[in-house]
Amino acid sequence: MRKSITLFSKHACVLIFFIFFAFVATAQNRTVTGTVTSKEGTPLADASVTVVGQKTGVRTAADGTFSINVPANAKQLQISYVGSQAQRVDITSASNVTVALTTSAQALTDVVVIGYGSVKKKDVTGSIGQVSSKDFQKGNIVTPDQLIAGKLPGVQVTSNGGAPGSGSTIRIRGGASLNASNDPLIVIDGVPLGNNGISGAANAFSLINPNDIESFSVLKDASAAAIYGSRASNGVILITTKKGRTGKPVIDFNSTLSVAKIANKVKVLSPEEFRKFLVSHGSADQQKLVDTASTDWQDQIYQTAISTDNNLSISGGYKNMPYRFSLGYLNEEGILKTGKLSRYSLGINVSPRLFDNHLKIDLNVKTSLSENRFANEGAIGAAVSYDPTKPVYSNSTRFGGFTEYLDPTSNTGLKKLSPTNPLGLLLQRRDISEVRRSLGNAQVDYKFHFLPDLHANLNLGYDVSTGLGTIFVPDSAASAYHRTTDAKHGGINNKYRQKNANTLLEFYFNYVKEISSIKSRIDAVAGYAYQDFLTTNYNFSDYTVDNVAVSVPPDLFDKPEHTLISYYGRLNYSFNDKYFLTGTIRTDGSSRFNPNNRWSVFPSGSFAWKIKEEGFLKNSRVVSDLKLRLGYGITGQQEGIGNYDYITYYKISNSQAQYQLGNNFYQSYRPGGSYFNRKWEQTTTYNGGLDFGFANNRITGSVDYYYKETTNLLNEITQPATTNFSNKIVANVGSMKNSGVEVSLNIIPVRNKNINWDINLNGTYNTNKITKLTISSDPNYAGNRYGGISGGVGNTVLINSVGESRGSFYVYKQVYDDNGKPIDGLFADLNRDGIINEKDLYQYKSADPQYLFGASSNISFKNWSASFVLRANLGNYMYNNTFSSTGTIRSIINPLNYLNNGSVNVLATNFSGSGDKYFLSDYYIENASFLRMDNINIGYNFGKIFRNLATLVVTGSVQNVFVITKYNGLDPEISGGIDNNFYPRPRTYSVGLNLEFR
Amino acid sequence: MKQNILKIIGIGILIASIQFSCNKKLDRLPTNDVTADQIYSTPQGYKQAFVKLYAAFGLTGNQGPAGNGDIQGIDEGFSDFLRLYFKAQELSTDEAVISWGDAGIQDFHNMNWSSSNPFLQGLYYRCYYQITLCNDFIRQSADDKISGRGITGADADAIKKYRTEARFLRAYQYSIVMDLFGTGPFATETDILGSFLPKQATRTELFNYVASELKAIDPDLADARTNEYGRADKAAAWALLARNYLNAEVFTGTAHYDSALIYSKKVIDAGYSLVDDYRWLMLADNNLNTNEFILTINYDGTRSQSFGGTTFLTHAPNGGSMSGSVTGVGGGWAGLRTTKNLPDLFPDLNGTADQRAEFYLPGQKLDIDNQTVFTDGLAVTKYRNVTRTGAQGSSLDYSDIDFPIFRLAEMYLIYDEAFLRNGGGDETTALSYFNKIRTRAYGGSTAGNVTSINLDLILDERARELYWEGFRRTDLIRYGKFTSDTYLWPWKGGVKGGKGVEDFRKIYPIPSSDVSANTNLKQNPGY
Repeated sequence: MRKSITLFSKHACVLIFFIFFAFVATAQNRTVTGTVTSKEGTPLADASVTVVGQKTGVRTAADGTFSINVPANAKQLQISYVGSQAQRVDITSASNVTVALTTSAQALTDVVVIGYGSVKKKDVTGSIGQVSSKDFQKGNIVTPDQLIAGKLPGVQVTSNGGAPGSGSTIRIRGGASLNASNDPLIVIDGVPLGNNGISGAANAFSLINPNDIESFSVLKDASAAAIYGSRASNGVILITTKKGRTGKPVIDFNSTLSVAKIANKVKVLSPEEFRKFLVSHGSADQQKLVDTASTDWQDQIYQTAISTDNNLSISGGYKNMPYRFSLGYLNEEGILKTGKLSRYSLGINVSPRLFDNHLKIDLNVKTSLSENRFANEGAIGAAVSYDPTKPVYSNSTRFGGFTEYLDPTSNTGLKKLSPTNPLGLLLQRRDISEVRRSLGNAQVDYKFHFLPDLHANLNLGYDVSTGLGTIFVPDSAASAYHRTTDAKHGGINNKYRQKNANTLLEFYFNYVKEISSIKSRIDAVAGYAYQDFLTTNYNFSDYTVDNVAVSVPPDLFDKPEHTLISYYGRLNYSFNDKYFLTGTIRTDGSSRFNPNNRWSVFPSGSFAWKIKEEGFLKNSRVVSDLKLRLGYGITGQQEGIGNYDYITYYKISNSQAQYQLGNNFYQSYRPGGSYFNRKWEQTTTYNGGLDFGFANNRITGSVDYYYKETTNLLNEITQPATTNFSNKIVANVGSMKNSGVEVSLNIIPVRNKNINWDINLNGTYNTNKITKLTISSDPNYAGNRYGGISGGVGNTVLINSVGESRGSFYVYKQVYDDNGKPIDGLFADLNRDGIINEKDLYQYKSADPQYLFGASSNISFKNWSASFVLRANLGNYMYNNTFSSTGTIRSIINPLNYLNNGSVNVLATNFSGSGDKYFLSDYYIENASFLRMDNINIGYNFGKIFRNLATLVVTGSVQNVFVITKYNGLDPEISGGIDNNFYPRPRTYSVGLNLEFR
Repeated sequence: MKQNILKIIGIGILIASIQFSCNKKLDRLPTNDVTADQIYSTPQGYKQAFVKLYAAFGLTGNQGPAGNGDIQGIDEGFSDFLRLYFKAQELSTDEAVISWGDAGIQDFHNMNWSSSNPFLQGLYYRCYYQITLCNDFIRQSADDKISGRGITGADADAIKKYRTEARFLRAYQYSIVMDLFGTGPFATETDILGSFLPKQATRTELFNYVASELKAIDPDLADARTNEYGRADKAAAWALLARNYLNAEVFTGTAHYDSALIYSKKVIDAGYSLVDDYRWLMLADNNLNTNEFILTINYDGTRSQSFGGTTFLTHAPNGGSMSGSVTGVGGGWAGLRTTKNLPDLFPDLNGTADQRAEFYLPGQKLDIDNQTVFTDGLAVTKYRNVTRTGAQGSSLDYSDIDFPIFRLAEMYLIYDEAFLRNGGGDETTALSYFNKIRTRAYGGSTAGNVTSINLDLILDERARELYWEGFRRTDLIRYGKFTSDTYLWPWKGGVKGGKGVEDFRKIYPIPSSDVSANTNLKQNPGY
């Protein structure tokens, strides 16, 4: 298959060449100019103006004006605009026309991208959310996922922190699984991305330039997503990139300059408080450890970060071939010193239409090169806990001049197991990488000459990335001092390298037939898909600076690979434009399962009824739209499991895991765990929804209720002892329910010549319950514990238990004194057996929010525009690990005879930090509900400048404006519910300008 | 039109052929890993799979020191057999306390562990992991399998030896399960992985199975002191039999002191002798102690790295004012100490008279006000990663010290105790064994020799000779002192002065994770 891809790419080049040069221009005779406005008089930008009977055309500028060359004999122009009826205008005797289009307030004629095709929004039967570029989040957006945060009900986008390019965790309707993936499938222009990340990039998604994206379609329920059966359980995000459109070339340039600053630091003891603390809690010997300096270590490691993002694109149509080329250059600094990301990106879209539109070809290529320097994020925690009375520099040349904990009796001169200077961690580590990614596809759609209702569509796609990087730490650095066992060589001089090559072949037939005699329309799809995900991991020895190997990998490389094959079909049937039925069926095979369990069938069905079209509502002036949707479907999942786990493989141990028998040391072969009977995890979804519009669609929206049940959960369970080589393995045991309600509301309070105001509100309620987890039910077995925390090895704070929500906290019930102060080490004996042990832990709250809200407002007044986005999560709790791991006497006065700083929380609790129970006190579980203003944005449109050559828009925005929360830690919004050394989200101020030449 | 139809047919055939070839592409194979048939196709492969059976003792996983562990659900550094076994056998007694806050670690000394304790769970799965590996190896090395794979002659004989030792290792781990958990799931090589649910064996069934296995393999094991270093021989089987028979009354309700005496005597008569200096026992070059050691777990600072084993036993007791060099490491972890009950057994704390008193005193106090404060309680320096000449071991971070699972001194004390418990033998021999131990302890002097022995003396002598070697819990149970309030130590049962606890704590609970996974298992009473 890969061969055919290479073959294809060769052909593609030839084809592009051909398309560029094989066409000849035709003569034109006269020029018609004009203006296109809405009925209210607002100029409409980007409306399409074509000569009737011709294929050439232009688009209107930002002020609604256009100029088009037409043949002398041309009689009519056709003006079309998204969301309005196309209109024809006579030009036989006019050279300047003004056209006012009737636009419905909500664009009902919008086309929604669905899997393997698109439908008109008004005909949608499933639950699909859509966000297009005009509604995207604004500001300095580095990864595409952040564009839609807070924009859609049921879609939770949580950024993974403030590091450059770090991306987000996306959950659609809460996800569907426990141990398998909860990440949605992302499809870019018809290429489903793999779940394999790439070494050297903070997040594989950061390799896509958000500026190239036109719209997101989020397929939320099974009836919509089932066509992507094998990977659709967690929803599907379809990303469509910007394409060229018929008309003269348009050059678009935008540039953003941003300044990011730390918004919030962890509250730690000040040097004065720290000294006082030592006086009251430390012994005489411990007080002697207090130094004389006053250092705010968090100030030392953070910086004001400056970033620029520049994008240039040219788009238009050359004859029958719309095209778009884009170039992007992003340079982002992290607020943690030394971290930065530079990304160069190139996007190409060409869409030739050949043989009288019978052959449509879409070529999409997105290529990027990103250069990273990763800051050592260990410095974040180190800065919280490093002794504030120590100076940054030691006035000695040893250890790079940084202050470190010393121990004259130790062979290195460093105190063993003591923390390392936070600034030294940053400045003495150079972790740089270069990652290249290219993804693209060629989609060829052929409309049969003898049967135009039938299309054949071939889609060949690829997604290739390579990451390589080096890590260098000098041998003077305390963090890598004397690494060899003989303590003679130090520093790190390492390489890493990884390659991903994912390939896709899809072929489908599409048959569309209007049968007006029976008022019916049929749209049928039948197809085949092949996807292969191949990763190559190169293994390198771990070297010191002077190239002494600290460890040597047993294998030089490893090439994990898995393959999916699918056969699918879909039938859309509509009757009288009122009743819509959709049925899909898909059979998927995955190489991850044994041959008997490999294939599974995923069906779905949905129904929509346009109630508005019925007689009793047809003429209603109040109700402008009303549609009922009902859907059902089954989707599958095979992510989050090993590629080859259905049989046992033996793996050789490395050079430090040899064993001595006699006088020889041997590398041994270890059999790995396997699970022969593993099969597809299945999620059944029911969805009911109502789409509505009132007052000529000035108010539109939808309400959805969903119920999902996941069975055969891919769940890491304990294997009965003696039955497997691994005591825990992912098997298909358990079930879980998710249900919820989603509401979205779009309101247009004002729309007139001067003012346009759009408001989008959305809300989600999601609840989930685990109904089965193990083969047999043992009342003593609480559930699967996970969520490791810092402090006390082996402590976990989360649990999945039957009858509870996924991700409940599992903690001891803290006992408080009369003043409401927690009593150190005293917990409720919940099972009343007289002792406090694991049997007294209880499930308390959950890390997942129950309610999500989003509110966006866009307002434009003449040339001014302003917008903001607000988001809120309610009912989510957080384990404050910063409090628990740094806020005790024992963590500040370390038993290994050194001092740490810690959270000011220690002053509130006075916890000693002895024992192993206090880590799991429910005192540390805090309500982390919040309201956040994601961004606020103001823009001014200068209109035409440079002698009417260009239009200029200037914007200013602030991101992460404020957060309102009761949570006492750094940030209430941390995916996973454990707040520990979180890379703070900065507050970012940006200025942007957009220049459009046409 | 016709042409078009032909085109479509052509495309159809093309697609069909692509699909056919692609469906086969769902058979994917790993790059480097091999199947059982591949690994067991050569004598070398057999050896490397066999090494893993022993390596499962001394290592925590496939990547030293950590990164690819054998046992899931526990931090890999904790998942080493000896480290876990030490916690179950020593931390629960007067011989050890620990200052750390790792989940569940304080439950041992406080004697309030539950069936969810992560260390007990880790130990249980470590034991059964080795059993599972052995079952697989025994299955793969059956005579018909070896000959079926075309391996004959000396190679086949070597594999038969491996197979016998795999049976020994399995018997050893079943006896650990029997001692610690009382009962447990039972499977042998005849149970095919993944297709059965093991039944629960009673303590007596396990006892009888282990005894019969050890006797059955006796003829096939290498003669005492003739096998490679680190591999089991006949003496190892006898030593395990002696140890189990000594505790038979606890395990089965029926005493077998006569058998304990017989098997200990067989070991003693196999040509072993005590190492000259007690302080040489637990050193970086203690692989020289083959005259006393019967079977060892082998560690190496550069080639066999983990955070368990003797690395744990050299780092964890190092703290307070102690420099790393005292135990031959780069720096301590400030965890383990002993209660005063152990030092109180010695004539002095400095090892002046009885050299076995290896304690670190500066800055440490005898009494324990707070278990989590390192300086409360004496630190133990029995394990030192230096050689007899005082040279540093091969690494400051990982220990070279091998750990003797069986050594001669234990056999002497088994003989003596079995004699005192009417297992036969004679007093002169018993006294001579006792005084051999004493003479070495007193640096060759007879000043510590005794003229009579009794059971209480034996228990105390076992503490003096074998402390921190994983015997104490079993010994206290055999003497009825583990749970009762007749014998107390600081913080026994979680109170400073110590208190008795319920008798059910003489056996540990079966981890609730396995009870929920295996419907055949019944939890031990009390848990």
